[in-house]
Amino acid sequence: MDFLQTIKISLRALRTNKMRSFLTMLGIIIGIAAVIAMMAVGSGASYVISQQIASIGSNIILVIPGSTTSGGLRTGGGAQTLTSDDVKAITSECRSVSLAAGTVRSTGQVVYGNLNWATVITGATPEMFEIREWGATAGRSITQQDVDSASKVCLLGQTVAESLFGSADPVGNIVRIKKIPFTVIGVMERKGQSPQGTDQDDTIFVPLRTAQRNLVRSQHTNNIGALMVKAKNEALLDKAEEEINSLLNQRHRITNGKEPDFTTRNLSEILAVAQQSSKAMSLLLGAVASISLIVGGIGIMNIMLVSVTERTREIGIRMAIGARKNDILMQFMTEAVMLTLIGGLLGIALGAIGATVVSKILSWPTLISIQSITVAFFFSGAIGIFFGFYPAKKAAGLNPIDALRYE
Amino acid sequence: MSAVISITDIRRLFIMGEQQFEALKGVSFTVNKGEFVAIMGASGSGKSTCMNIIGCLDPPTSGRYLLDGLDVGRMDGNQLADIRNKKLGFVFQGFNLLARTPAVENVELPLVYAGIGSKERRIIAMAALEQVGLAGKEFNHSSQLSGGQQQRVAIARALVNKPSLLLADEPTGNLDSATTEEIMNLFTALNQSGITIVMVTHEHDVAAFAGRQLTFKDGHIISDSQTGPTDRKD
Repeated sequence: MDFLQTIKISLRALRTNKMRSFLTMLGIIIGIAAVIAMMAVGSGASYVISQQIASIGSNIILVIPGSTTSGGLRTGGGAQTLTSDDVKAITSECRSVSLAAGTVRSTGQVVYGNLNWATVITGATPEMFEIREWGATAGRSITQQDVDSASKVCLLGQTVAESLFGSADPVGNIVRIKKIPFTVIGVMERKGQSPQGTDQDDTIFVPLRTAQRNLVRSQHTNNIGALMVKAKNEALLDKAEEEINSLLNQRHRITNGKEPDFTTRNLSEILAVAQQSSKAMSLLLGAVASISLIVGGIGIMNIMLVSVTERTREIGIRMAIGARKNDILMQFMTEAVMLTLIGGLLGIALGAIGATVVSKILSWPTLISIQSITVAFFFSGAIGIFFGFYPAKKAAGLNPIDALRYE
Repeated sequence: MSAVISITDIRRLFIMGEQQFEALKGVSFTVNKGEFVAIMGASGSGKSTCMNIIGCLDPPTSGRYLLDGLDVGRMDGNQLADIRNKKLGFVFQGFNLLARTPAVENVELPLVYAGIGSKERRIIAMAALEQVGLAGKEFNHSSQLSGGQQQRVAIARALVNKPSLLLADEPTGNLDSATTEEIMNLFTALNQSGITIVMVTHEHDVAAFAGRQLTFKDGHIISDSQTGPTDRKD
């Protein structure tokens, strides 16, 4: 008996009971739709997270000033406890560290012609751009020479460039930052949103020493706001963090029991945790979806058993005119698999629509992969095989005489 | 060999829990090619059990059954299915057509299991329907056909694989007398064209259409009589 004929017979049987077939499929439709939507939302989220990881740069440790105590008063954050010498020390003494860069930050108004824009001004060294893997798309980046000579040049982030210059090329023009004229030497690549949700392109970079001297108010021009360190590789991240901690403890004379005046933060780690929790969420949703698929499968098994009982006579006729056990088995298996495959396809469509609606309404990124569709399709087929086997076996095992006499 | 059915000392024992019941207590007979045999008897006489054994639907407990010279008793389920498909044609009391299925597709069904391609199937099935006088009704569903017409479809289905033996189990049980006559005339015509027929019935006037009557009682054959002209060609 050819396979095409088997499919034709099973489709006819399903068409005979349209409403029942549809209700039976519903369990699979909902289950598969849930799987597809869940995978779309889950992989959308992890795509965004991995984009953000890439936008920060990999294997980065951030050192920021901690709390200080002077005369019994504790201050945090704003204190300036790190210096350019710390940067030099970390570069030369921590063996797991490949690069270190100091930065200072300030906010201020930038003016070009009759336009102005409030933004973050960061004093940076060439190492910082290397650590963050962030280059200039137009013009050039900041060089060591710019830093050494404290030249009044600046790099614009995409957002700043657009708000001050529109579509015109800013390179070579003069902007005023806190009333000091700076020459624009380049525009940075677009970075997009940071994991914290801020616009990373809404910024201006100037050479570190220029910022220390002209833009930031501090006791010493040597002070830096934060320190960015790149470990040699991912495996050495924790080791690098340890080395930095012990070196800075020593340099800042932090003895046992005293609170350190700096904090280290491993950014990739924070994101890895975020990724982990999004994975855990996906897994949870997946578990819920699989439960609904199992329930749907049991529904299919139930209806197939009813169908076998109802069609006992038909089975008897088929056996009497020469159907083998295998022909009957295949017929009912095909029917169950057809149910789940059609249900699966409808579920995939519903899930894709659902995911699109979710991403439109909640502006949540979703990603429907060919892979997830393929998996869902074959999985629904597998459910048909698994839950269809017992009823089909029962049909094939009927005694032809009893089946023919069944009323 | 001209014997289509050769049955020697067939017994059939049913065991239901503690109870045992022997439906056939050593039956032997031979049916030759071209015969039209009616099997008669009251209910419980063993005629239906015998029919099931002849139809390869039920194995005998002991004894020997040769169908067209093949020892059916030694065959497994798949071989029996193939025998039913190629050597036997069944006509039942309740017609046993597939509901919501056109007549022609019902007739095609044995060809489907014989593995014949769809185009060829259609041609053979159409010819079989014409043979039983149903040309023009090929695409009617069974619910759109009268009882006599449904039985004709069933007969066409039984004949479509050119079987060695046509088995009919109370073929007129559900039909009125006029239709009974029609169907029996069709059987007679088929028999005259050379088809071997074995039919179970409990009505004497139906049995009278057959050339030979076997009467069962309590698991034995109590009479074997020739009433009409038979086409023995040995």
